[in-house]
Amino acid sequence: MAILNAQLRAQLGEVFSEMKKEVTLAVFTKEGECNTCTETVAFMEEIESLNDKIHLKKFDLNADAEKAKAFEVSMVPSIVLLNDQEDYLGIKFNGIPAGHEINSFIPGILEVAGVGEALPESLSSELATLTKPVNIKVFVTLSCPHCAGAVQKAHKLALESPFINAEMVEAQTFGELSNKFNVSSVPKIVINDQYEFVGNQPLDVFLEEIRKTQS
Amino acid sequence: MDFNLNLDFSSQKKSESVRENSLYDLLIIGSGPAGLNAALYAKRKGLEVAILSVKMGGQVLDTSSVENYLGIQGATGESLVHDFISHVNTLAVPIIKDESVKSIEKIEDQFQLTLGNGAVYKSKALIVATGSKPRQLGVKGEAEYSGRGVAYCAICDGPLFEGRDVIIAGGGNSAVEAAIDLSKIAKTVTLVHRSQLRADQIVIDKLNSAENVKIHLETQITEVVGENLVTGVNAVDKKTNETLFIPAEGVFVEIGYLPNNELVKDLVSLNESGEIIVNAQNETSLKGLYAAGDVTDTPYKQIVIAASEGAKAALSANDYINHL
Repeated sequence: MAILNAQLRAQLGEVFSEMKKEVTLAVFTKEGECNTCTETVAFMEEIESLNDKIHLKKFDLNADAEKAKAFEVSMVPSIVLLNDQEDYLGIKFNGIPAGHEINSFIPGILEVAGVGEALPESLSSELATLTKPVNIKVFVTLSCPHCAGAVQKAHKLALESPFINAEMVEAQTFGELSNKFNVSSVPKIVINDQYEFVGNQPLDVFLEEIRKTQS
Repeated sequence: MDFNLNLDFSSQKKSESVRENSLYDLLIIGSGPAGLNAALYAKRKGLEVAILSVKMGGQVLDTSSVENYLGIQGATGESLVHDFISHVNTLAVPIIKDESVKSIEKIEDQFQLTLGNGAVYKSKALIVATGSKPRQLGVKGEAEYSGRGVAYCAICDGPLFEGRDVIIAGGGNSAVEAAIDLSKIAKTVTLVHRSQLRADQIVIDKLNSAENVKIHLETQITEVVGENLVTGVNAVDKKTNETLFIPAEGVFVEIGYLPNNELVKDLVSLNESGEIIVNAQNETSLKGLYAAGDVTDTPYKQIVIAASEGAKAALSANDYINHL
């Protein structure tokens, strides 16, 4: 059964035609205990079919434990975006990026494919001074219109700095983790499991919290 | 599986970049219906115009359905706003996204805007269309439990309360619509309002047909109570003066809006509610500075009204610039 309708396929096909570089979607699932794994894989297969530059690789969290470790994957389903060298860039999606999150997923692919807006210079020069690892979790719901914006920003920061990794976490799929961080408003951004804020805030707010992790 | 694709990709596509330090005819702060329509009208008049935006689309983005915009028979707030944005994009109006303006100065006949990142932009005239933000209850416990059960965006946070008991505070259209939406997800919905409902009758009828909704009118919430997370609210029934505790894990506050006036509060005259006072030409008390939409004292905060006020502000600014 097709997940994307004809109109959506056509629109996405057009958007992907701008891709300059190859992108690999590394999808992690596991046997049993994963309600949305089958759906997620089917969705990714359709995305792969939309452009020759998009490749899909399927992994099992347990059987491919080494890959999972290398890409910092610990929950399923999880989609990791890899560049044309199949390098891990520090960006992933935990849970299916459907609903409004398609608006962070497609831009994520485009960014890795070399179609994206550069960050302001002042920002990239500050990111260049980072020396300690930063993990950004962005908790979202699929019905939240401005959550995708926060995910995009976190991913952009991760693409800019090798010290940052950023992940979308779909709050309903990962209820336990959401409860651990008391997620009751989205987008909720948690940095290094310690610093947090709510809302699709400007990049300087992300930066402010990131600075706290560097001292 | 649903997809809410926003594929004019306005927030993705590179818009024209805004030139620092060169003099624009008109800068517009805000990209809701007022700001976007102002840009459309200004550009069509031939003005050199640019938009400075924190959140493309503004608050309409958080509205689940819009049914009262003439010619649009039911759309999501998001799809409406994306139609607005793609219309403006056809005119190649430069837009700065996700950057907040930190200060505005008027130096002789020029406005000088400084952004959070230090960049400076200049213009002959300025339209402030910064909109409004959700009003808070202003009761004990609200701030403490904000993001821990107290929420201000029902469509965003509703799914997190699947199968739980929630309270909606408020009695206008947004509150009643939020109650209807949440009744489909939550176990029970209790709508609490300090006076009578003032939502449109057509929406109230829809609410009354939902089975898991209770309504407390003439009831004032006095405190949000919790233990790490929200457990309920204390309220007073104003008819009987009795206090009651309503248990709930979520409290959605939908009690109207406050104007985003921080940038201009020392520059222009505001009314008692903090709204920018404008005349029929959308002029403020500062020459060359115009305002439109929810940030102004124009009555009735509606998408169609904000959009038309934006158009007026742009036309007025055009007249002003031509007579400089």
